[in-house]
Amino acid sequence: MVQSAVEPSISAAAGAECEFYLKAFRFMLLSRVLDEKFASLYRAGKIMGGVFLGRGQEALSVSIGVHLRPGDIFAPLIRDLAGRLAFNEPILDAARTYFGSALGPMRGRDGNVHRGRPQSGLLAMISHLGAMISVVNGGLFARRLRGVKGTVGVASCGEGATSTGSFHEALNQAAVEKLPLVMVVANNQFAYSTPTQRQFACNSLLDRAAGYGVAGYEVDGTDLEACLRVVGQAVAKARADQGPQLVLARLLRLCGHGEHDDAHYIGAELKASDLGQDCLKLAEKFVLQQGWVDAAQLEQWRAEAVQQVEAAVVTAQREPGPDPFSANYWSALSSQYLVEGGATER
Amino acid sequence: MSITYLEAIREAQARALADDPRVFIYGQDVGAFGGAFKATKGLAQQFPGRVLDSPISEDAMAGLAIGAALEGMRPILEMQFADFSTIAFNQIVNQAATMFWRTNVSCPLTVRLPCGGTMGSGPFHSQMLETIYSHYPGLVVLTPATVEDAYSMLLEAVAIDDPVIFCEHKLLYYHLKADALPTEALPANKARIARAGRDLTLVTYSAMVHESLAAADELRGEGWEVEVVDLRAVKPLDTDTVMASVARTGRLLCVGEAFPWGGVTAEVVSRVVCEGFDLLDAPPRRLNAKDTPIPYHPNLWSAHRPTARTIAMAARKVLQS
Ligand SMILES: Cc1ncc(C[n+]2csc(CCOP(=O)(O)OP(=O)(O)O)c2C)c(N)n1
Repeated sequence: MVQSAVEPSISAAAGAECEFYLKAFRFMLLSRVLDEKFASLYRAGKIMGGVFLGRGQEALSVSIGVHLRPGDIFAPLIRDLAGRLAFNEPILDAARTYFGSALGPMRGRDGNVHRGRPQSGLLAMISHLGAMISVVNGGLFARRLRGVKGTVGVASCGEGATSTGSFHEALNQAAVEKLPLVMVVANNQFAYSTPTQRQFACNSLLDRAAGYGVAGYEVDGTDLEACLRVVGQAVAKARADQGPQLVLARLLRLCGHGEHDDAHYIGAELKASDLGQDCLKLAEKFVLQQGWVDAAQLEQWRAEAVQQVEAAVVTAQREPGPDPFSANYWSALSSQYLVEGGATER
Repeated sequence: MSITYLEAIREAQARALADDPRVFIYGQDVGAFGGAFKATKGLAQQFPGRVLDSPISEDAMAGLAIGAALEGMRPILEMQFADFSTIAFNQIVNQAATMFWRTNVSCPLTVRLPCGGTMGSGPFHSQMLETIYSHYPGLVVLTPATVEDAYSMLLEAVAIDDPVIFCEHKLLYYHLKADALPTEALPANKARIARAGRDLTLVTYSAMVHESLAAADELRGEGWEVEVVDLRAVKPLDTDTVMASVARTGRLLCVGEAFPWGGVTAEVVSRVVCEGFDLLDAPPRRLNAKDTPIPYHPNLWSAHRPTARTIAMAARKVLQS
């Protein structure tokens, strides 16, 4: 959680709505700062493997996290740092996983954006796009069998992932089973470098919802207020047992696919269009215009975020990596009697 | 009383459902219809809401089972035919199999694969996939050959805290009968000496156990005593039992119904050669199905898979070398 020494100077009239917006805004900010830190560590050669950022997608992502409650399920994808943080993922989990710390949730066995804590409802993604959605369905299905009510699951993906068979199977399954799944699709115009016209031929990805009997909503992904409202509505409907919901956001990825990619294929015209606006800057402008906070307050929040991020990174960097000689390290089963003795020596 | 291999599978599921409220069954046509092979006949009526028809979506079926397993449930997934599990392959090998190792959270699910050839089933309803799944760390792969094992190993599969691929052989469904269900059983990590002998160790599993026993009968008429080892589980592989048998006989033949390239038989031979070369009095051999898709016509099909006759031929080669 973000904690602030100085309370925001919220105008009395704004009330709960403003507070909610500012809470989301601060997670966006924190996410951006953390992403920037990872990017600079990557450039400095301090992180192994890839670094994948959520730059430009924070408004959509954070809207997921702030609408979820403990006990809900979230299957984030690579650009969902903001949503993760808002769903209570500790910054340390992120830092530890990138550095492969033995103390992180993945204990150095898996890295970067693949981290999660399945038992807290934050699923640990596998790379294969589309594969997490039916796993969310499974969690929700299990709850139904157990008579647990009022929890929802959110799965997130890009427009590219909507081309996978897994996506279609899972969306259809959620609809058939009437599960409280909220599918959030970020159409950021590119899947890696592939533009949308090479990805799908329907006019709108909302057809993907209609095709399965799933309620669909479109939202401007650069607008935090709109994202909060639309994602909130979808989550509320799912929570009220009105079946699966799909939110489609239009936006632009403001970086490469990963930090190894300079995104030269994104045209200047697109960058200069409305889609190319930075959701964080727009949100900043909005809170200032509303008079909810002043520039000094914003600066202080940013400084606090930087401080939190630095502290987490320093901690994670100092921690030991996994010890390849520790007991049981090389057994992939939890049932010890079924682990073949000495199999790895063969 | 007499009970078939298929009935044993149904009884094991009934018992698992009765004993443990976390168990549910999900698969195509498993509900009111009772399954394509009737392995879940009557269970939906007996356990309302816990035996559910799925859409034809093997990937999503497996994903759902994984998600439910993470929630502490014990899903049993019926693939209508093992062959169709290749659609779910990604979920099984990348998601379920890696879960515990990556996250320290176990993923207890049982995937029932009706596998192996039956007459006239052709390329897409006859495959043996134990070899493919065994390749992946994090999976347990069971290949019961008897009615007793079909029952006890399925119950064990449901109790195991890891993903289990349960390879039940369609050819055994109706033909194999036992007098009663077992009250106790070997654990899944133990192979079984199906027939004792001193001249040759014949290592096999699933339906090939029965072809191998018939081959051993044939060879007895020629004065050979063949020891048949039923692996029961191919992952984990009980190398100790195999090595102990080879130490007694000095000769090895390994028989499997899967395609010949790599696989369980290659693994067994490689382990024996690497760890017990000195025990061998003759070069070991392996016998598998042919390296083509599985043919439709009975003439072709019966020549495609190992049979008692071809197993006996291969055994003679090992015995005489
Ligand atoms: C099934 C599968 N195929 C290919 C990849 C490699 N890959 C990783 S991300 C990516 C692009 C994804 O695009 P999209 O779904 O639009 O999400 P975005 O990265 O734009 O947020 C690709 C091709 C993968 N992870 N999974």
